[in-house]
Amino acid sequence: MPNAEHTPRVGLFVTCLADMFRPTVAFATVRLLEQAGCTVEVPEKQTCCGQPAFNSGDRNTTRDIAKMTIEAFDGYEYVVGPSGSCIGMLHYYADLFDDNDPWKKRAEDLKARSFEITSFLVDVIGFDQIKAAFDGTITYHDSCSGLRQLGIKQQPRKLLGKVDNLELAEMEEAETCCGFGGTFCVKYPDISNRMVANKTENTSASGADTLVGGDLGCLLNMAGKLKREGKSIEARHVVEILAGMLDQPAIGEADAKRYELAKQV
Amino acid sequence: MQIKSPEFKDNARIALQDVNLQKALGNLKAGFPVKRANAVERMPEFEDLRDEARDLKNHILENLDVYLEQFESKVVENGGHVHWARTSDDACKTILDICKQVGAKTVTKGKSMVSEEVNLNEYLEKNGVQPVETDLGEYILQLREDHPSHIIAPAIHLNLEDVSEAFHKHHNRPKSDDPAVLMQEAREMLRKQFVAADVGITGANFCVAETGSTIIVTNEGNGDLTQTLPKTHIVITSIEKVVPTLEDMSLFLRLLARSATGQEFTVYNTLSTGPRREGDQDGPENFHVVLVDNGRSEMVGTELQDMLRCIRCSACMNHCPVYGAVGGHSYGWVYPGPMGSVLTPQMIGIENAGLLPNASTFCGKCESVCPVRIPLPKLMRHWRENEFEKHLSPKAVRWGISGWGFFAKRPALYRWVSRSSAWFMNKLAGKKGRISRLPLAGGWTDWRDMPAPEGQTFMDQWKQGKR
Repeated sequence: MPNAEHTPRVGLFVTCLADMFRPTVAFATVRLLEQAGCTVEVPEKQTCCGQPAFNSGDRNTTRDIAKMTIEAFDGYEYVVGPSGSCIGMLHYYADLFDDNDPWKKRAEDLKARSFEITSFLVDVIGFDQIKAAFDGTITYHDSCSGLRQLGIKQQPRKLLGKVDNLELAEMEEAETCCGFGGTFCVKYPDISNRMVANKTENTSASGADTLVGGDLGCLLNMAGKLKREGKSIEARHVVEILAGMLDQPAIGEADAKRYELAKQV
Repeated sequence: MQIKSPEFKDNARIALQDVNLQKALGNLKAGFPVKRANAVERMPEFEDLRDEARDLKNHILENLDVYLEQFESKVVENGGHVHWARTSDDACKTILDICKQVGAKTVTKGKSMVSEEVNLNEYLEKNGVQPVETDLGEYILQLREDHPSHIIAPAIHLNLEDVSEAFHKHHNRPKSDDPAVLMQEAREMLRKQFVAADVGITGANFCVAETGSTIIVTNEGNGDLTQTLPKTHIVITSIEKVVPTLEDMSLFLRLLARSATGQEFTVYNTLSTGPRREGDQDGPENFHVVLVDNGRSEMVGTELQDMLRCIRCSACMNHCPVYGAVGGHSYGWVYPGPMGSVLTPQMIGIENAGLLPNASTFCGKCESVCPVRIPLPKLMRHWRENEFEKHLSPKAVRWGISGWGFFAKRPALYRWVSRSSAWFMNKLAGKKGRISRLPLAGGWTDWRDMPAPEGQTFMDQWKQGKR
């Protein structure tokens, strides 16, 4: 718990998708961490968590990336990222090494220090001084790795509950996979399509105007489907709302007109 | 059963367009998962029982030889016979031999997935013995020359209309679409078979080592008639079904019913302990247990050992969004869904079944409902690794991952690729904010738009001092 004497030093795990597709998500994460009293650094040596290789059965490449990432985040009190899936991958590193391999201990150490942003704020440092407003009704998609691997369910909802004017309308099957699954969505496109179509149907039925989640992979998938279906529902990462960073158009949108009136309190 | 797992993608594509199948799958989704959830809610100690069951299964698997030998000696003590079948072929031959010894012309059968696994029906038919399935779902499938698409609800892929059609064609009765009438018809047809059969074949949900008993768990009662009326009862089951005691069995029964159908207890839980004894009012004169290995013993002591904890409840497939989208037949062999995606490569070879463990988003729902806590995603990943190591993964995947890995291991290069891709896709999208057709990403853009990147990467902006 941060206090006057102690400012936790956090290494930001940016994640590939936030870096390339949606820097706003990384900036919003930094803002929240700073509001919570942390100092944030962004290690140069990071790239991807290695999940594409891990889930494609390429252990050697995964191990190489794991070692690089472990080194990159050596010495930080905490490692925090805006994705349950990528942080979940960091947690798998320990399984990649034999018991007598010195890397195993380092991987376990990284696991103990790394957290998804909403669970870090709620579970680790007990921060809930959210200063943001959102004029709209959201529905929340629970991304699989965050939900089932890291136990993230109430944390984002608790924080969203602090956002002024925001309404939450839960959808049916909020915990059902959206069909993204990393390479799954291109290896089995028609099955993935069925799954994401179920998701957009449930999203629509919730009556929400904005779909919110904690993982950009799922959000790109769901936003892409919503737009292809011509639906007006927008999609945003939870940290954009919590940090009040709504200037950027929603994911896959041309402009941010709906948010002209919404601003940080 | 013909192996169609290599055609998984085509099977799935066809299944997704099959309106009747999709309707049937919709019913499944609305049924079992809701019932399970209610049953679990009514039982506060459910999660503790899952831990207990996992630990007990692990203990059994570590002492499998001991419990199997104990089971065998008890069966023999009770006057029964135990046959060890290393392969499917061994199992079929053993059963045919028993049928021949007693001069059997027809055998009635209770539902058994192991008998599907070894392809018993086809083998018996070829050799002049007529098998008659007596589980209602299996009976319908036999009439239609079809196969189970689910391990506890074999005909879940069919609708009422399909059943009505099949009965009309085979029973010479007026066509009816009243389930009660159809049920009565099946009863009448099967009743004659139960009485006429020379041999009854059932599976076993568990084999109890301390008593030499086998148990079947059913909701129809057909299994009881199958195993008590004919003179000979053959149990076909697999080696990992053994449990030490009746008390242990009851732990699994509590989990099985709730995980499978959401029942507190299955309607019929019938134990068979040897042949009829003097003074018994009914029961078979001969009692045989065929214990099938079929690759299971090779899993012991490997990462795949966890899979042998499976009690065949079907919760993993009932909750699987992929199974729910494409149905069981798409998997192309006996065991569908997540448990099948782990077992099938072991039994028919990863070179035939490689698409199955890949057909998962690793959403983890299966593991979260498994009564014996099998880490199904981890085991599917095990097969992906096996495939990758054996160079069986498609070239596009191997090259794609190697190429991507080359960059991912070099931060400066990786930045450059991210920067160029972000710039390129941003330009391609223009003011629209999304891309409707992206070269080399048809798998994505055939079905959905690709949201455009903001433009500059985070790393570049951060370096420039933006906060």
